[in-house]
Amino acid sequence: MTGPDPAGLYRTVRLIRRFEERAIELVDAGEIVGGIHPYLGQEGVAAGVCAALGPGDLVTGTHRGHGHVLAKGADPARMLAELCGRVTGLNRGRGGSMHAADLGVGVLGANAIVGAAGAILTGAVWARRRRGDDVVGATFFGDGAVNEGMLLEAFNLAALWRVPVLFVCENNGYATTMPVEGAVAGTIAGRAAAFGMPATAVDGQDPEQVRAVTAAAVARMRAGGGPELVEARTYRFDAHHTFEHRVRLDYRPPEEVAAARRRDPVLIQGDRLPAEVRAAVDAEVEATLAAAVDFALAGPAPDPATALDHLYASGLTARTGGG
Amino acid sequence: MPRLSYRRALTRALADEMTRDESVFLLGEDIRVAAAGVTTGLLKKFGPERVLDTPLSEQAFTSFATGAALAGARPVIEFQIPSLLFLVFEQIVNHAHKFPLMTGGQCAVPVTYLVPGSGSRTGWAGQHSDHPYGLFAHVGVTTVVPATPADAYGLLVSAIRCDDPVVVFAPAGALDVRADVTDLAPVPLGRGVVRRPGADVTVVAVGHLVHDALAVAEELAGQVSVEVFDPRTLYPFDWDGLLDSVSRTGRLVVVDDSNRSCGIAGEIIATVVEHVPLAAPPRRVTRPDGAVLPFAPALDRAVQPGRDQLTAAIQLTVKDG
Repeated sequence: MTGPDPAGLYRTVRLIRRFEERAIELVDAGEIVGGIHPYLGQEGVAAGVCAALGPGDLVTGTHRGHGHVLAKGADPARMLAELCGRVTGLNRGRGGSMHAADLGVGVLGANAIVGAAGAILTGAVWARRRRGDDVVGATFFGDGAVNEGMLLEAFNLAALWRVPVLFVCENNGYATTMPVEGAVAGTIAGRAAAFGMPATAVDGQDPEQVRAVTAAAVARMRAGGGPELVEARTYRFDAHHTFEHRVRLDYRPPEEVAAARRRDPVLIQGDRLPAEVRAAVDAEVEATLAAAVDFALAGPAPDPATALDHLYASGLTARTGGG
Repeated sequence: MPRLSYRRALTRALADEMTRDESVFLLGEDIRVAAAGVTTGLLKKFGPERVLDTPLSEQAFTSFATGAALAGARPVIEFQIPSLLFLVFEQIVNHAHKFPLMTGGQCAVPVTYLVPGSGSRTGWAGQHSDHPYGLFAHVGVTTVVPATPADAYGLLVSAIRCDDPVVVFAPAGALDVRADVTDLAPVPLGRGVVRRPGADVTVVAVGHLVHDALAVAEELAGQVSVEVFDPRTLYPFDWDGLLDSVSRTGRLVVVDDSNRSCGIAGEIIATVVEHVPLAAPPRRVTRPDGAVLPFAPALDRAVQPGRDQLTAAIQLTVKDG
């Protein structure tokens, strides 16, 4: 990736922001069944990291994964159609919000099991490099995941075999409702140090900083430096899940949320642009999302008779459950 | 005619597939020195990038294989202990198995999980003696339990070539079986075989128990004509082959070295009675419900299905009608 592109970064954070806001509207309207895990507030992390990756590089993410998938270049219209469970969705309506994947742009999938995606990405990058491809990868996970054994095993494998994987911890302060102070013994950077991995903390609210830190790490990794960890300190402005819109969970002081909202990645990046550039990007994003909503809602629902299509890549068909 | 051991048949299958297809590689614990005797000679032949010794990180290296498969490789993981599958059940079932559907067909996950030494190895006690093939059949992961050297070769080759995850259970009780083998060839997944034709009762035997069933059939010859059906693959199961057999014999006994409740034996019986009228109630010989294999050899044997139990079950079934 070349140097900073302030307007491009702004477009990405703005796109994710407005995508999430439109998606919440569709949840409230009953068009997205099952709800979503909003990424509101964390947009700077996905935008900054993916801006420093090349188109052929690989990404895995989490249940809070819309931002990662969009930042890596997936089509917002097909992504929204996926959330609405339409056959026109990225996953043909089979994955939904928590499993959105677009292998064509290097997104091997959002993963709904906390800490699960790091080892998968490590294996994928290792296999591609063994084949001679000059790829690196970035895997996103939350602060809660640093207590999952599988992720720590993945740290070890990647470091031991010098697989160029950037472990991106999105430390938003809470694992669902558990504050990071109540969950993480030691430090997140200390987890990396234990495996001999360089770790850098960065202000996740500033897309430029995230991009710069990632670009430096990616350059070291491409030069053979092995995996690294980035701890992006961020904050989730909204609920853990849209379910919280209906129930009252009391775990964050309102003044803490209000203070965090003043450090908004969309505003931080937007303020770096001339007003007319920013307005043009905003208008373009609005048009893109208006078209995306139309596309998503126009897509047909899947035929129930196809519910188990794609279960087996080998073409095996399963016995039915009835009769 | 060359004699081939079951264990060496597995080695031959791995070597042949690695030679045939550059994307096949092996990973697992202590496989460079061939601790289980299955990967003998492969490090020297293929090098450390294709015979990859792993740290003790079962969950991570199982998902590492999933990622490698997503990137176009065909990994084969060797597990040294069958009970490790409990540890990586999540990685196989919740990730590798589900990705093709959840991505709407964007990917395949062709990983082979090879478990040489499944079931009791006598004296390995509670945490090393499980035979958890039924769990994988239940969740719909292709599940293979070869009984003979030729099938060990042919089914492992087919597993590696399959575009889906496949678990290959090589029962400890079969690893030292030797047979005259003239030609080695792939054996299709999902196809059972009648090991011994008979007229009075169909005995379905899984894995190493095929050899016990054949021995019992031989002992009973003259009194009862026993047909021995070896499904070879438990998921997908060769229902047509089995129903054809039971339609001829009219009686069914299943011998299965896994726990009774919700076990594969129950599924086999249920499916048969859904389709074929039987002359006598079907029977199954299994481990007890919730079995944990005790250490002392006599206790270990007491929990596994034995030839005496199978003989009694056959005789009762024939007497019943």
